[in-house]
Formats: sequence, structure tokens, C-alpha cells
Amino acid sequence: MAEEKKGFSHDTIERNTLLLIVLILITVSIGGLVQIVPLFTIESTIEKVEGVRPYSPLELAGQNIYIREGCYNCHSQQIRPFRDEVERYGHYSLAAESMYDHPFQWGSKRTGPDLARVGGKYSNDWQVAHLIDPRAVVPESIMPGYSWMKDRPLKYADIQDHMKTLKIVGVPYTDDQIANAKADLEAQKSPDGDTAGLAKRYPKAVVANFTGNKGVTEMDALVAYLQVLGTMVDFTKYQSPKQLQQ
Amino acid sequence: MAQKEKDALSGVETTGHEWDGLRELNNPLPKWWLYIFYVCIAWALVYYVLYPAWPLGKTYTKGLLGYSQREEIVAKLAEGKKAQEKYLTAIAAKSVDDIQKDKDLLAFAMAGGRSYFNENCAACHGAGGQGAKGFPTLADDVWLWGGTTADIYKTIQHGIRSDDADTRGTPGSGMTAFGRDGILKPEQINQVAEYVLSLNKRSTDAAAAEKGKAVFDENCAACHGDKAQGSLAAGMDVGAPPLVQANWLYGADKATIVQTVTNGRAGVMPAWSKRLDDATIKSLAVYVHNLGGGK
Repeated sequence: MAEEKKGFSHDTIERNTLLLIVLILITVSIGGLVQIVPLFTIESTIEKVEGVRPYSPLELAGQNIYIREGCYNCHSQQIRPFRDEVERYGHYSLAAESMYDHPFQWGSKRTGPDLARVGGKYSNDWQVAHLIDPRAVVPESIMPGYSWMKDRPLKYADIQDHMKTLKIVGVPYTDDQIANAKADLEAQKSPDGDTAGLAKRYPKAVVANFTGNKGVTEMDALVAYLQVLGTMVDFTKYQSPKQLQQ
Repeated sequence: MAQKEKDALSGVETTGHEWDGLRELNNPLPKWWLYIFYVCIAWALVYYVLYPAWPLGKTYTKGLLGYSQREEIVAKLAEGKKAQEKYLTAIAAKSVDDIQKDKDLLAFAMAGGRSYFNENCAACHGAGGQGAKGFPTLADDVWLWGGTTADIYKTIQHGIRSDDADTRGTPGSGMTAFGRDGILKPEQINQVAEYVLSLNKRSTDAAAAEKGKAVFDENCAACHGDKAQGSLAAGMDVGAPPLVQANWLYGADKATIVQTVTNGRAGVMPAWSKRLDDATIKSLAVYVHNLGGGK
């Protein structure tokens, strides 16, 4: 290097720990801000799509079980915009479809298939039979069975608090939805009961006695969640906004 | 700061640190590395101009190439469709029976049908159409809703007891829960189960089976047919299986039959017309028809 370099050089920075830390912080902050801040201001980050709604209480409870069991370790919920994926799974995922997921379940590994559009693909009976013993219906499957979930009562005493918490982070649950949370949760697994309120508050929610049990079990919740995945947006009517096609 | 010192042998300045007598030379970065670094910076500048890059408040720079993943996928899908256009339009235009008669179209529909079957249908009906408990076998000649290509086409389109407006079988319909709903007493259920077993010559209680016939005629024949030949053979469209054959959807043993009579059954198949396009569903119908059991 230069014999007797005067003034400011990388040599100065490298030999002054405090200065090095400060300059690293500034550099990383700029990099982070440039990447993150525009996501809050650019209008097309999360386009507005008709049909996307917050999860019903039972679906929400199901998502919690999905997270608890680590389903995301083997299943992604993100159809990427590639021909092979679109032809296999259906329309590529839109950001809006997971905007009420906290945390999002995009995942990054597909030991099993992507689940972004699994809702309605198979019958409730199949979902239950498959969760109890995957190999009973798919002999080559390596998925573990979750038979114990069928009769394990769902704990949902705190479902209202859970929805209130989600509201704080931006999920637009209405007071009506929060007030009726428990009733809606129970209504979704009682096809013979009064489900009009539920259907109004959560369009397209699948109502069924999924497991055939009397009380609400964890498997009821999980299947209700699986059956709504990817079904909220009607893609026969969906048009990609111009600015996004640009 | 450490004292500047030079390595006597190479004449290069050291970093000033010493570890057990070893000193590190403070050589400049290799030239090749440095130039690659400069090229990367230059490439970033080119990228800014060509591709979407800089945020501008509510929007962003779009780049000169007008690149968009969403546009790319639309083009890629169209490209794929175009390569198959000749067949896809012919399949969409023809009836499922005519597709069967055209050798070229049949070969195309079978190849496409196979991959769509494996992705969408095999989970319930098995990779070879062998079925599973509660999910009908498609490779045999027992059909609940009809086994002609046209029947299969209709079933795939609209599903069974599905949320489709034209679904086969009313949603929520299905076999009555004779025991749970208190229509039959346990004793009668036992009798009718014995009668059903006797249809396959498997009954072990002839007296009960004989009494069971009356129970059957009164409660079951309306859907399963007076000879238990199944709703299809009896000319009805309710999906009640024949009970005189060796094929059983939920299980052939007495315990399962008693369970079925007690709690009822109602298999559901989703409608596929919203998920798959018409040419795909037609290909699937042709493929399923050729699995071995098509009528």
C-alpha cells in the first residue's frame, strides 16, 4: 500500500472499531430501508383482490394447529408463476391471498405437495381419512398420521382474544365477528344448526361435521382450514391489474 | 494504532499484528478480484435501466425491457397451449364418445388424462383407479353414477353431492342413518345385515336373514333396488351401490354393514369444472373410461 497515506482511507476505518461499526450500521440501514420501506408505499405490493377475507374462527384455530404441527416444514402454500406449477396446482398465488396470515405459511420446502389451493380439491371425508392414516388412501405417502387429532377436543376458549390480537396487527376483524367468534366456531361444524350468520360473516366457509364427532375436535378445525385454502378468490373473474402486468 | 512496519523479505507493509512471531502482510486486493467487483457495479447500473428497480413513492421504475413475471407466465402458458392447440381444440369441440373413436385424439387424451389423473384424482381413487375404503374403484365394472364416457364426464364436471349447481346427488343427501335416526331397531339392523350378507351367500343366521328381507324391502329397496341390484341397474340416479356383488365400497364384513346401516353413508366428490378446463375434463373422462371398467 501507499507509503504514508494521509487522511481518510479504508485503513482508517479498519483500525477504528467504533467508526467501523457506525459505518456498517449506516450501510446496512440504507440497504434495509431501500428494500423494506417501499413495500409499504408502492400500491401494487399487495393488490386489492375481491373475495379475500380473514379466517373464520374455526379456520383460524385450524391454522394454529397447522403451525403447531409444523405442516409448513413439508408443505408450501405458494404457487409460483411458472408454467409447471400453474398447470399442476392452479392460478399462481397472489400476495393478497396470504395477507391475513400471521405468520404467512408460504414455506420453502415441498416434501409434500403445495397446499395453496388444496381447498375443495378433495372431500372432507378424504381429508379426515388421509390425516388419520395417509397410507390408507395414498399408499406411497410418507406423511405421518395424525389420528389422535380426530378425538382431541379443540381448545378455543381464547379464540376471541386471538382474533383481537390479530386485529391489532391489521387483520380487519369486525366487532360483530369478534363478538360471535365462539358461536361461529361451533356453527361451522354443525351443518344442521343455524349457519346463516356464519355464512354472512365468512363467505365460502365450508360448513360440515368434518369428523362426525359431537364436540369440536382439532381435526375439525384443521380440515376446515385446509378446505378454505385458495378458494376465496374467484379466478374466473380475476383480472390482473394493468399496473401489475406492466 | 499499531506501528507501521515492513516485512524485510518481501518489502510489503504488515498489518501490525503478531501471532507467535507470525505477521500478516497487508497486500492489496488481487487485481482480477477487483475488476470483477467493478464489473458487478457496472452491471447493477445496467440492470437499473433495463429492469424494474427503484422505488418512487407509490410506484417504481419499470425498466426499458418492460419485464414482468406475470406477463412471462401468461406467455409461457400460451406457448404451451399453442403447441397442443391442434389436439386441445379438437378435444374441446368433440363429444367424449367421438374422442374415443379418433385414434390420434385418444392417444393424446390418454397421455394428458394420465398426468391430470395422477395429480387430481389418484389421491382418492388410487394411482391405478383401484380406489380405497370409501372411494370407489374406477378400474372395475361397478359404477354408482354410470360408467359410460358421457356419465364419467358429467360426474367429473359436476361432482357428487358437491357445491356445484348441477351436482349429481343432492348436497347433504345420501344413505339414511337408519340406526342413529331411530328408524330401525338394533334387532332389525342385525336382520337386514344378515339379509344383505345372504345376498352373497355369506349369512350365518338364516332365520334373521329371512326376517331381514322384509326390512330390506320396506327401507332399502327404494334406493338399492328390489333385487339389491343398485340404483343404477334399477334405473335411478341416487348412487346407491349394488349389494349382490363382491365389490364393497366401505367393507364387506358384517360389522361394517351394521355400521353403514346405523350411521348412513354419503360419499362426496368435488366438482372439477371450476378447477380444470373442458378439454382436461374430457381427457380425464376418456382416461378413466379406459382404466378397465368403462361401459
